[in-house]
Amino acid sequence: MSEALKIEGLQKTYENGFEALKGIDLSVEPGDFFALLGPNGAGKSTTIGIVSSLVAKSAGKVWVHGVDIDKDFPGAKRHLGIVPQEFNFNVFEKVEDILTNQAGYYGIPLREARKRTDQFLERLGLTEKRHTRARMLSGGMKRRLMIARALVHQPRLLILDEPTAGVDIEMRRSMYEFLREINAAGTTIILTTHYLEEAEALCRNMAIINHGKIVTNRSIKELLRDLHKEVFILDCASDIPQDLHIEGFDVQALDGHTVQVAIEKGQDLAELFSVLHQRDIAVVSMRNEANRLEQMFVNLLEQPA
Amino acid sequence: MNRYEQYVAFMTILRKEIRRYLRIWSQTLLPSAITMTLYYVIFGNLIGSRIGTMGGYSYMEFVVPGLIMMAIVTNSYANVVASFFGAKFNNSVEELLVSPIPAYVILLGYVAGGVSRGVLVAIIVTTVSLFFTRLPIHNPMLVVLVVTLTSVLFSLLGFINAVFANTFDDINIVPVFVLTPLTYLGGVFYSLDLLPDFWASVSQINPLVYVVSAFRFGMLGISDVNLAFALSMIVVCVVLAFGYSLHLLHTGKRLRT
Repeated sequence: MSEALKIEGLQKTYENGFEALKGIDLSVEPGDFFALLGPNGAGKSTTIGIVSSLVAKSAGKVWVHGVDIDKDFPGAKRHLGIVPQEFNFNVFEKVEDILTNQAGYYGIPLREARKRTDQFLERLGLTEKRHTRARMLSGGMKRRLMIARALVHQPRLLILDEPTAGVDIEMRRSMYEFLREINAAGTTIILTTHYLEEAEALCRNMAIINHGKIVTNRSIKELLRDLHKEVFILDCASDIPQDLHIEGFDVQALDGHTVQVAIEKGQDLAELFSVLHQRDIAVVSMRNEANRLEQMFVNLLEQPA
Repeated sequence: MNRYEQYVAFMTILRKEIRRYLRIWSQTLLPSAITMTLYYVIFGNLIGSRIGTMGGYSYMEFVVPGLIMMAIVTNSYANVVASFFGAKFNNSVEELLVSPIPAYVILLGYVAGGVSRGVLVAIIVTTVSLFFTRLPIHNPMLVVLVVTLTSVLFSLLGFINAVFANTFDDINIVPVFVLTPLTYLGGVFYSLDLLPDFWASVSQINPLVYVVSAFRFGMLGISDVNLAFALSMIVVCVVLAFGYSLHLLHTGKRLRT
């Protein structure tokens, strides 16, 4: 079976000479939940733009479910559903019209389009807003409308560009649940996001793009396994000396009741707690200083290009 | 997309366009009815009654075909330029660009929207005109043909304007500084026979002369220019405008990066 998305040597140089993509290779298997990460200006949106035909590539090849976009772009587009970062619907149209029109653009007859509109409005909790003009929706509802619109023609590959930006936590969770559902049902999903915990929670594989190049492209589990150090913050009930030193551990007293500990891969946490217990320092809570993935992300981006 | 799917996509764009201008009917349909009523009263009744006949018809009868054509031209143009530029402005044009619809179906959809508004306004202003004068129809087939071709031509020109426009000001420049003067100088209110030879010759480069003359021939059986030549000029303009519009969509000029 061909890849859901295959990219080879993709390059994009804009008219002003800016090289947004410097020959990236990427492969996303059917059924995958894939994260494309990178800082602002890394080339994520340019990549999505090329795949969706909104940006013209300078060089390279792209296949969507085996369809070469240079040979049959309309054929490739049929497999694609795009949820862009910016709202790009006509805000004066009614919610249901936006979905019905979108289905029509893919050649789906009106009766079937209306059926699918009902179905996706229901699934994304927008049924009550069906007669509302899009400009009257809240930010979260607009996001859900964009997802419903991208799915109404039932694409095999769904690409979401920062789908949860500006969405509250409750809405974000229900969106995660919905995306997991459609992924489980067979839709391949590519997600670009700044929320690294989002990628960790949802995706199986990821690629990090920086300065127009793919920095890494592996499974999230593999990436996390390679992390050598994790930093924990311990909140203690008793006073902590400022010159706290524990043999074998990188510890630092942040204030009278908080300790920062960097744990190397393979180090035994029980040993640390045992030493603290012996010194009558009771730990009442413990938390990660930073998301592990975020730490790894920063490490990778700091590598020289 | 197969032919049926393309037809569905075309009808979707057309339906969306019709819904758009009907939703804002007070801005799209009503102004023409009011403006034309004023023209009929002022030029037809008040001033026209002192002018006498033109080409064997009363001035009111002479001027009505030109005024109907003026309404068709401005409304077809305005519909496409406003709608397509609006879609560009709020990025909803991306809905179409990322879909598998062929470029020519997108173009035909917008043009059909412009034609439908042009024809609807023509029906409205023609109905209004019946309150002021009788309206003979010399050649109904020719009337339908000229209305359709003119509407298609100015919808296409509106599309080209929308592609190149960067701001809402840009979509008003052509109607105000080009379309309106050409319309007034295109023989709507007078016969080219009244002009000195030099100015009559200069008028031949004004495309509005051909659409007004051809339409007036369809209605009254009189024309300032040769009918076959006028129709040929309109068809040539349609073909050129369609080809250029399609080229813009294919290349994605000002639409894709």
